[in-house]
Amino acid sequence: MLDGILSDPRLWHIVGLSLAVSLSAVAIATVLGMPLGAAIAVGRFPGRQAVIVILNALMGLPPVVVGLFIYLLLSRAGPLGSLGLLFTPPAMVIAQTVLVLPIIAALARQSVEDAWREYEEQLRSLGVHGWRGALTVLWDIRFSLVTAVLAGLGRASAEVGAVMIVGGNIDGVTRVMTTTIALETSKGDLPLALGLGLVLIAIVLALNAAADLVKQAAQRRYG
Amino acid sequence: MILPLRIEELTFVAGGRTLIDRVSLELEAGPSTIILGANGAGKSVLMRLMHGLLAPTSGRVLWNAEGARRCQAMVFQRPVMLRRSALANVAYGLKVSGSPQAERMAMDALEEVGLTHVARHPARVLSGGEQQRLALARAWALHPEVLFLDEPTANLDPGATREIETVIKAFDAAGTKIIMSTHSLGQARRLGDEVIFLHQGRVAERAPVERFFPQPASPEAAAFVKGELPWA
Repeated sequence: MLDGILSDPRLWHIVGLSLAVSLSAVAIATVLGMPLGAAIAVGRFPGRQAVIVILNALMGLPPVVVGLFIYLLLSRAGPLGSLGLLFTPPAMVIAQTVLVLPIIAALARQSVEDAWREYEEQLRSLGVHGWRGALTVLWDIRFSLVTAVLAGLGRASAEVGAVMIVGGNIDGVTRVMTTTIALETSKGDLPLALGLGLVLIAIVLALNAAADLVKQAAQRRYG
Repeated sequence: MILPLRIEELTFVAGGRTLIDRVSLELEAGPSTIILGANGAGKSVLMRLMHGLLAPTSGRVLWNAEGARRCQAMVFQRPVMLRRSALANVAYGLKVSGSPQAERMAMDALEEVGLTHVARHPARVLSGGEQQRLALARAWALHPEVLFLDEPTANLDPGATREIETVIKAFDAAGTKIIMSTHSLGQARRLGDEVIFLHQGRVAERAPVERFFPQPASPEAAAFVKGELPWA
């Protein structure tokens, strides 16, 4: 029966959309979150400790709450309603970016702060300050930061509440793996739900394995 | 010329302990200065205060000219290398200081310390001695007027120590003011022109090398020289 499910072209559309949405969200969150985390790690400003606590707390944002929040922003009457994004894949990318960004920023902040202890004196001696120092350290520990990206990817690919609310789970448009699994389970089509679940786990495993190989090779090369 | 360097009544307190206690000194261009003392005497802290990495609790560090920051460099006990090639590590320092032709100048500096053959190797996989020579090249590339060295050979074997000392002598001969901390009497003799002996955060004695070792004037220095000599 699993064979029949796996040869269904609709399934591969769902898998493709899931990957496109989650990978886009992780990419955006990485580009924004890494420098943000590094800046908080290296910067010294009033309220810094409070910012760290809030950032760490945001890692636990409930997806349905984020979904609701983005829904209100994007709904026709909302402040961004004119963009017409509600129930489209871009809305799902926005919601997942909001969920993933704090995870990547908070983990990057911790990694950069730990590394900064080692680098600070040397960099200050060379006359490096501010942004330059933050970005130098960020680039230097890039292989350890793979873990932060993977944590973000795990969150995005596993999440169902936010994409359900802002995407609407429309067949062929915004239906992704997790929303399909939820739907098929409630309809009683357990084999399809189970098959999709296995595909989802296999994809996550493969992405993590690939990332680990890159990381290992890089660490052997650069020490 | 950023020298002479004058420090006045310099005090540094951390965690309730006075690590540097009202030190006043004047350091001129020319003779290489060795800061000698037991562990915890305040050698590293004093150099960091001079170099500007630590802010004094009280007292002042006065350089002779504005912009002194750019005319000094420091090599630490444990070199911190970036995860890039040896050449790129040296070029990084040059780029920060805004030098054009950073790559070419970095290559010259590597040649100075005998590391051209590993220029393209990742810096972090070099041996400890090579990394420390690389740190010297990175400092040297900036053509500093003053070079601070904080126990640069403390973690190295005798062979690597000899290589580092050869490089330091070459920098000294080229006119760079060397200010180096060490607890090795042998090294102080080989590299130093004058000794500043620290004891519990205070300058116990300052003397030319040729006088300090045979006839230390202060009882603390005398005890240190006597105690350390068998291993020097």
